Amino acid sequence: MEKMTIQAGAIEELFGRIRSGGRRILAPVDKSGAIVFDEISSYGQVASGYIQTTLSAKEAVLPRFEEILRFRSEGKGVVFEEESNKALPTVVFGLRPCDARSLSVVSAVFERDYPDPFVRSKIENTVLIGVSCAQSDEYCFCTSVGGGPGDTTGSDLLLTRIDDAVFLAEIITEKGESIVSMAQELFARAGDVDKNSHCAKVSRYFDLEELGKRLPAMFDSPVWDGQSLRCLGCGTCSFVCPSCTCFDIQDETDGPRGIRLRCWDSCGFAQFTLHTSGHNPREVQGKRWRQRIMHKFSYQPGGLGEAGCVGCGRCSRACPVDMNLLQHIQEILEAD
Amino acid sequence: MQDNMRRKAKELLSGGAVRVVIGYGEGSGGGVRALFVRKPEDADRLIYDERCVQNLAVYLTRREVKALGKPAIVARVPVMRTIRQLMIEKQAAEGDLAVIGVSSDGSLLDFPDLKSMAEYVSSIPFELSSDERAAVGKLEKMTAGERWDWWRGQFSRCIKCYACRQSCPLCYCERCTVECNQPQWISVPSHGLGNLEWHVMRAMHLAGRCVNCGDCSRACPVNIPLNLLTQKIIKDISEEFGDTEEYALNTFKPDDKEDFIR
Repeated sequence: MEKMTIQAGAIEELFGRIRSGGRRILAPVDKSGAIVFDEISSYGQVASGYIQTTLSAKEAVLPRFEEILRFRSEGKGVVFEEESNKALPTVVFGLRPCDARSLSVVSAVFERDYPDPFVRSKIENTVLIGVSCAQSDEYCFCTSVGGGPGDTTGSDLLLTRIDDAVFLAEIITEKGESIVSMAQELFARAGDVDKNSHCAKVSRYFDLEELGKRLPAMFDSPVWDGQSLRCLGCGTCSFVCPSCTCFDIQDETDGPRGIRLRCWDSCGFAQFTLHTSGHNPREVQGKRWRQRIMHKFSYQPGGLGEAGCVGCGRCSRACPVDMNLLQHIQEILEAD
Repeated sequence: MQDNMRRKAKELLSGGAVRVVIGYGEGSGGGVRALFVRKPEDADRLIYDERCVQNLAVYLTRREVKALGKPAIVARVPVMRTIRQLMIEKQAAEGDLAVIGVSSDGSLLDFPDLKSMAEYVSSIPFELSSDERAAVGKLEKMTAGERWDWWRGQFSRCIKCYACRQSCPLCYCERCTVECNQPQWISVPSHGLGNLEWHVMRAMHLAGRCVNCGDCSRACPVNIPLNLLTQKIIKDISEEFGDTEEYALNTFKPDDKEDFIR
């Protein structure tokens, strides 16, 4: 891995090159106090001073809704038209290392049984310029699930602020190299830098493997009903999660024409597993909460080879009733 | 106050008057969270201070909480207003629950029954604060086009997580309009139309019912000021219909002065 430096003052110029090279830039911006990824035209628009963005960078590859089919009825038949969902060449700037890792979970899910062309083309067309975490809070637990505040996994280029004026730039992939080569003169070879001293310190709170081993035997534990008693059954945790991938399919028609949309869905919703018959295998919130934990920490490690959680802490920060994931995991590990 | 509350909770639980006390306990990030106390000895975990703002009445209609048995609930004025509204809407009846009331100046209120709680809370004027009136006034001063753009900007952040609905104690429908798909009344995707339809529909369904607890706005992960919608409706209803014991959405008068409704 090549290590370079770039002046903070040169990022604006780098953004200019990226944009004139035909790529849009998505970066964290402050919208009424919510930090969300949006298209920017200047480095000055990038939000600062936050620990974590409110919504994740997942939306660059798995939008909250997207068109997957376009059709019209003709006589007694249905004719498919070309859908308008085309991946735009994109740079996602400023995502945290946990978010960069999470996209490998998203990708694994959408490659598992069948390669999903929409997710795949968006991932192929997206370059991730991560920024290491200089700060963390009590909700962060990336180091317990295999990541870290300066983890390079998933990023194409990872920036770490080493002083007010300078970023260390680690070139991790060919895509990262292609960004640097757009503006080679903005980068200088880095000397010896102790990157970790510039990154947040996040304690390791639990053993992911131990959790994975304990969970299968806990299916009927009373812990789920107890923990979820205050849960309101909204989808906030799922929708702010960078690695939740469940979706719903909706057809929207207007006369003979229609589009089919894929929309985010959440296992927290009562309707998520409601059958047409009226039967619901997850009829109470405890069963829905159990599914969320089991899926992320038992089923996905088994089926995909990686946990469905990157420890970003968003679900805990955003939950309207303080369903603190880390505390709940610790309680599960302590349960009889 | 906190000691009195704990004492009251213990008394209710140990005497068997209730099976669970729904109150507040310490949470993470310096906040508080709902606490379900089921044993008298756990009542000392109950806390009460200015951080305790969640409208706990949301739990009264939840199946998982109902299964615990008769509850007592720690209730500030907006929560008592909610319980009163739930009674009007036949979602709560005398004997269903006990109320550990907290007055506006923070003292414990003991009610012999729900009827006296309802009378108490009805005697407190229901009106917007001056800050709330100013915020609604700012929107009213906009032209229709400006207001449209402003709300479209706010709603563009909506991800349809339904935290606004789930946190609302008066959104207790087991099947929400947005979940009906034959016909599909409300567009599900969180695009411009879907978000607009959703929030307008929700606000209208709360007309004359919303107690202005503010939980929808507090719950919103992307800071959409949803209570401005319901506050505007509260203001309009107050101006158009005055104080009424009935709730506006459910009231029909054959002699209504508007002829379009007849």
